[in-house]
Amino acid sequence: MSGPNFSNPVVRWIDHRLPVFTFMHHEMHEYPTPKNLNYWWNFGSLAGITLVIMIVTGIVLAMHYTPHVDYAFQSVERIMRDVNYGWLIRYVHANGASFFFIVVYIHIFRGLYYGSYKAPRELLWILGVVILLLMMATAFMGYVLPWGQMSFWGATVITNLFSVIPIVGDWIVTLLWGGFSVDNPTLNRFFSLHFLLPFVIVGVVVLHIVALHRFGSNNPLGIDVRGKQDSIPFHPYYTIKDMFGLGVFLTILAAVVFFLPNAMGHADNYIPANPLVTPAHIVPEWYFLPFYAILRAIPDKLMGVLAMFASIGVLFILPWLDRSPVRSGTFRPLFKIFFWLLLADCVMLGYLGGKPPEGIYVILSRLGTLYYFLHFLVLLPGLSIFETPKPLPRSISQPVLGSGSGSVAAAKEDS
Amino acid sequence: MRARGLITAAAAIIAVGLATSPVQASGDGIEIPSQDWSFSGVFGTFDRGELQRGYQVYKEVCSGCHSLNYIAFRNLTDLGFNELEVKAIAAGYEVQDGPNRDGEMFNRPGLPADRIPAPFPNENAARAGNGGALPPDLSLMVDARPDGANYLYALLTGYADAPSGMTVAEGMNYNTYFPGHQVAMPPPLWDDGVEYADGTKATAAQQARDITAFLAWTTEPNMEARKEMGVMAILFLLVMTGLLYWSKRKIWADVH
Repeated sequence: MSGPNFSNPVVRWIDHRLPVFTFMHHEMHEYPTPKNLNYWWNFGSLAGITLVIMIVTGIVLAMHYTPHVDYAFQSVERIMRDVNYGWLIRYVHANGASFFFIVVYIHIFRGLYYGSYKAPRELLWILGVVILLLMMATAFMGYVLPWGQMSFWGATVITNLFSVIPIVGDWIVTLLWGGFSVDNPTLNRFFSLHFLLPFVIVGVVVLHIVALHRFGSNNPLGIDVRGKQDSIPFHPYYTIKDMFGLGVFLTILAAVVFFLPNAMGHADNYIPANPLVTPAHIVPEWYFLPFYAILRAIPDKLMGVLAMFASIGVLFILPWLDRSPVRSGTFRPLFKIFFWLLLADCVMLGYLGGKPPEGIYVILSRLGTLYYFLHFLVLLPGLSIFETPKPLPRSISQPVLGSGSGSVAAAKEDS
Repeated sequence: MRARGLITAAAAIIAVGLATSPVQASGDGIEIPSQDWSFSGVFGTFDRGELQRGYQVYKEVCSGCHSLNYIAFRNLTDLGFNELEVKAIAAGYEVQDGPNRDGEMFNRPGLPADRIPAPFPNENAARAGNGGALPPDLSLMVDARPDGANYLYALLTGYADAPSGMTVAEGMNYNTYFPGHQVAMPPPLWDDGVEYADGTKATAAQQARDITAFLAWTTEPNMEARKEMGVMAILFLLVMTGLLYWSKRKIWADVH
């Protein structure tokens, strides 16, 4: 597999001067990939495709949207009613945001379980966390654009968080607002940034993929590829597998877009923004609820904001918190239990984030927040020292050949 | 096996997403009874007769106070009216146009392209005409309230005498289903308050049903097109995904 031999003379002529075809052949065709990846590895390419769907629908929406407080809501309704298939494009974009987060959260938890953040993939992981942060900023600003009640009041609550930063806080909030309250300048800059940030995400995604292709994918066994017998070319094996996963994904997306298009939205956002009327409950979109729960769990405003940002910040240093040399949770009996506890904790925090901050909900939010940080700051470093991992298989191909399902049994028999 | 596990997991995550999503703050936890609607469900469509009766209720009752800003007369063809009927309906309204060459605003009969004129020229006029309360625009009502259709029907049929011990403020009315139970809108629907052209008996409950269905249509006039396309899209995607799965099996056959 030295250089590809292109039969088309035009392709050969171009490739000699600008080796894009060789590049694509290397990175998308022969790119050696572990042969034992399971379906949880579909979510990376799925996230990339969702990003493309969001950008394409978003560009079309921007052609019809008016970023002005007096016209934004009307222009969205015009898209829904008078623009040809505007309802379809907007519903795909609005629900696509939710699906983007579902896909990315699964992608992240896959990485957490199989130790994909460990050496030599630390930068790959960190770039992923950067993408998550950019996605959150983009999604938040996108939700403001329809200028409904929840848009306006969500923007008010979230931008106000920055006022707790000592000394420069108020200055930052004024800068975000472009004035002294959430108003037309806010909407205008949010629209501008909402259009810009997805392309920044594309840039970081490119870096994410460059870093990925340096050492290739991690795999369910978490051991390195030892040679040709352990890997298969990306095309056609993983292209077809990703296509099948995409088919399943699109079917579920279509089911929601066509039959439950407003299930993940909030009724209040179909009421035009009114600075004089505060909704009974201001709730962010579901994908922010775990962070919202952490924010409200802490009585002190500044500490709450810090905890919220720290809940993502801790992911940046995760590769150095979990020092266990074993990547895959499959071979870490204790880690595995705590992984599922963390997932349950995050789901619980998500549930609590949607509840009013009173009574038992506050207590549970505090316990959930405490456990979240306990997991990363105490349990993971502790497990690295005290846990005895199960023996690792000698190579990827042995267990695969042995039992056909990637279990450790075959490796154990051998050793 | 793995694929099935994954699909189950994905479904579970979506279920969690739907369950934790915006806590539908339906007032003070008042239980809203569910009704049977022709437009609910995957194959649900609007009942044209219901829509036309609902339009009649809007025109004769609601439009005294409530605007319907997002609906143009041309949209009424969706209700089953033909173009001539729509032109006639539009011509029955006076619409302000202008300025003309002399810079004057003038009134003319409505055209199908006009929006249904609002009862009040601005918010202040609307408040002044309604004891300080602002009658909201009805175009998006069904999406703008949690469980919108059921809620609207419950609200319109939910007027009752206040329970003993509760004082209803001046100019307010007791309603079982309104958050806080005090609503500025007086009971709008009465038995035989309208006379239906199709001979349907105009009980208050019947009118409430019809106007709710009509508002479900004004909220999302493209609902039928959406569901129709949805059925086709899902069928297509299922077949495509099946073929992709089969291709995947075939391509991977030599790997295991």
